This record gives sequence, C-alpha cells and structure tokens, in this order.
Amino acid sequence: MNKYLASHVATLPPSGIRKFFDLVATMKDVISLGVGEPDFVTPWTVRESGIFSLEQGQTMYTSNAGLFELREELSHHLYTTLGLSYDPHQEILITTGASEAVDLVMRAVLEPGDVVLVPDPSYVSYAPCAILAGASVHFVPTLAKDDFRLRVEELDKVYTPKAKLLVLSFPNNPTGAIMNREDLLPIAEFVVKHDLLVLADDIYSDLTYDGTHVSFASLPGMHDRTLFVSGFSKSYAMTGWRIGYVAGNADLIGGMTRIHQYTMLCAPIMGQIAAIEALRSATDARNDMVTEYDRRRRLMVHGFRQMGLDCFEPLGAFYVFPDISKTKLSSEEFAEQLLKAEKVAVVPGTAFGPSGEGHIRCSYAYSTEQLLEALKRITHFVEQRLANL
Amino acid sequence: MLTDEDRRLLKLIAQDCRLKPEELSIQTGLSPDYIKKRIGEWEKEKVIVGYQPMINWSRTGEEKVAALIEVRVLPQRGYGFDKIAKRLQKYPEITSLFLMSGGYDLTLLVEGKTMQDVALFVAEKLAPHEHVQSTATHFLLRRYKQDGVELMGEEETIQRLVVSP
Repeated sequence: MNKYLASHVATLPPSGIRKFFDLVATMKDVISLGVGEPDFVTPWTVRESGIFSLEQGQTMYTSNAGLFELREELSHHLYTTLGLSYDPHQEILITTGASEAVDLVMRAVLEPGDVVLVPDPSYVSYAPCAILAGASVHFVPTLAKDDFRLRVEELDKVYTPKAKLLVLSFPNNPTGAIMNREDLLPIAEFVVKHDLLVLADDIYSDLTYDGTHVSFASLPGMHDRTLFVSGFSKSYAMTGWRIGYVAGNADLIGGMTRIHQYTMLCAPIMGQIAAIEALRSATDARNDMVTEYDRRRRLMVHGFRQMGLDCFEPLGAFYVFPDISKTKLSSEEFAEQLLKAEKVAVVPGTAFGPSGEGHIRCSYAYSTEQLLEALKRITHFVEQRLANL
Repeated sequence: MLTDEDRRLLKLIAQDCRLKPEELSIQTGLSPDYIKKRIGEWEKEKVIVGYQPMINWSRTGEEKVAALIEVRVLPQRGYGFDKIAKRLQKYPEITSLFLMSGGYDLTLLVEGKTMQDVALFVAEKLAPHEHVQSTATHFLLRRYKQDGVELMGEEETIQRLVVSP
C-alpha cells in the first residue's frame, strides 16, 4: 500500500534511533545509555495533584490555548527565571509536549521553498517537521573545536536567501553544549541581518551546570523574532504527561493556536493540572535532580577521559558526547560492536545529523551503579580495540 | 557557614558514606586533599558523628520491638531539661531522645527484644526517675518510612524505552 503514501512521507527517512532501538530490543541484559528521558519519577506532589484532579472528575477538554491558570503561572515563571515577558492571554500556547510545539512552529511559518537552518548534530525532529511543512533543511555544523556552539561563520557558509527560520537548541541534545550571552549576541545580529525567525528549543534550560541559562528570546530585540519552545518533561521528569508550550509574538501564537485547535484541540487536562503544581511546588525536587545529574555528569566525563578518549565537558542536558574516532570505528560501527561485545547500548552520533560522526551519545539519566558498570564495559571494549589497532 | 560545595559534599556523604575521597572528588570536582581535610574537620567538630548502614530489621526475622514514649519531666533550675536529658541518653535502650514543644517534654524511642523488655524499662528505670512526672508509651506497629527511606513501598519499576531520542 506504499503507493498511497504521500511522496514526502514515503521518502521521510526513519529516525536513526529507531533502527538502533530495534537492534537493542532483540538482546537481553543490555545496559542502555540510550534513553533521552529522566530516570526519576515525577515528584510526588506533582503526581498527587494529577491523581486528585482525576478524583475530582477533571476529565474534560480545556480551552485550546490551555488552562489559563497554567499560562499565568508560566508567564510568571518565565519572567522570574529567564527574564522573559509573555502575556498569558495571547502569547503562550500549551501543547502536547514540546514536540507538538516544534511541529506547530514549523507548520505555522513555513511554506514550500522555505529553508530552515538546523544545528548539526541536534535533536531528531527538527528536519522531519520542516520537511513535513514543505520546507527544506540546511544543516549548520557545530564543531568540537567550538565546544559544539553555533558559530556565525558556519551559518554564513550554509545561508541562502530562502532561509526563513533558524533552530536554536541549547542546551543541546546530543552534545550537552550550551550557548552563553556572548555566544548568542552574534547570532542575534545574523538573525536581524537576514530577517529570520528563531525556534528556540529551550527544553533543557533548567538542566545547566555552569551558571544560569540565557534564553535567546531575552536578548535585545529578539522577543518578537523568537518562538520560545519548552516543556515539563526534562525539568520535572514528566515525559509521559506530554505537556509543553510555545511562547512568542501574539500573531504567531494565534496562527499556531488555530492549527492546534483543529488538530490537537488541547493538551490533556490532568497533565496541565500537574504542570501547575510542578511550577508551584517542585522547584526543590527539580534542583535536587539537577544536582544528581551534575554528579553523574562528572563521573561520565572522567570515565571517558580515563579511557584515553577526548570527551567534551557538557554543561547542559544529560548527555555526554565522547569522541570515539581514536578507535578507527564509525559511530554506527562503534555502537553496534559495543552492543554485541559488551551489551551496552549507546546511540551513534550520526543519528543526530552528519556532524555527529566520530561521536556517540551516552545519557547519564541512570543510577550511579548502572553508569559505573557501563563505563567498565565500555573501557574494556575500547582497551581491546585500541590494543588491536 | 557551609559553602555550596561543602553542602554538596555533605549531602553526598549522607547518601552514601562508602564513597572514597577519590570517588567524591570525581563526582564533585573538588580535590581529594580538600575532601580529606574537610571530612577530618567535620569529624573533629562532630558535624559527622558516625558512619552507619541503615538496616531494615523487620526483614531479618529478628525479634525487635520499639516504642515512642512521651515523657513529662520537671525542668531543673539552671539546667532546664538538659541535665535530665543527658542522664537519660546514657541508657542504651533509648535510641533517640528529643525535647518537644506542646503537651509533654521529651520523646524517647526505646527499643528492646520484646514488649516485656520495653515495659520493664519504663516501669523500673524511666518512671521511677526522680524528675519524671509521667510517661505514655506507644508501641510501634510497623515502619513505613525511616530517615527518608521508604521501607514498605513496592519498588517503583520504571519502564523506560531502552533507546529514545
């Protein structure tokens, strides 16, 4: 029945992760460092508020934009934590996870022929969403020598007058790179010069380990050009609740709300109620999780460096992205052989874009015991590989 | 005053006191020498007062009972409650001892092999004490949570996908 698929869907490649997932699923006793979600359970007070909402019979639709109480809390939260100012009446839309928000941004602003500039490597959804919206993608390499930060020199190399939207995804999945104010200012100049919009995927903004996150939207003149996308999944360990949001200029949010109203209608109400509770009472729980990630992050970086591999020190998210090129294996070969020989699952860097070659992504959203065991096995694999070269 | 680094270090030790200074160093970014020095100071200052595993005795099959005892005492001039508390804390049967606000003064956690042991302790040692006015003994029936650890909860088995973006 493939002939019935629309051509742009038929040619959409499956996620590089999917292929690897299928391989891992056939094996037993695998230690996986392949997961892109927290290992913590949602803090109890947040879970409890979700349970209570069900007991109260809160099982209806909400307004398309989401519960006003949640938008109001978010508006306050974004102002106090990141200095961002959004009107809860018109400038915030609650979505079914940040993933929906990414899709909505693309569909609301892109037309056939438009080009989206996407940092490479980065999260797997940007390019497919752009393609589904009829646009095409130019990848902008972020390099290890630049600490995987996005540089204007690289943007200049791939820029085309057809470019309409730039994706910024920092802290970055898979590299763990962050961009500070000094790094973002030249990007803002580039954006103004070429009259671009920016999709700032700030989903990992709470998970930083060296100072506070600077949001692109907070830079002078960037409020209206930026569509600020985030959610509750990573900060509050709420992946399964599917609550995200997008904030930005009222006209653009209005356009997205229309698409959302006809396709999703609204995000699940119990998730929205739980999200309100997360903002009100889970700050300490969130900070405790960040402290724990930080500890594991140091453990992982140390572990990979002990193996003699170059390992960039990630300052955000919960991934390390070591350079495995010394082993003379490609990312995919490394990941496959490691899985078969030592039963440790990591994700090849190339699953996140061509510039991921030579790297693997290891999540540290696991217990210390699991991480130590995985490091032991990877060390064994790398030592053997290097000895036989 | 504790610095942020000290606080992080203490929390880690409180979580798992088996971590060696080298391991603590990797996980905090502090030098092993600094960690050794700081732990030494804390031990001297009685900030760190012991390194004990937490044992859930109810799972060992060992017979053990515990009781929370509310005690009203006469405070002593010049000493308040401290003098009597210092004397009571010497009894090995008393595993915890707190001064309370409200309707009574001290709370004791007393442990013994049998209810008879605890009752005898109260009747023979505690109640006759010259400054003790009254006692009320409440036996513990089951421990659900202690020192932040859920003892009875079913393991939360997290079922995550093995690989996800």
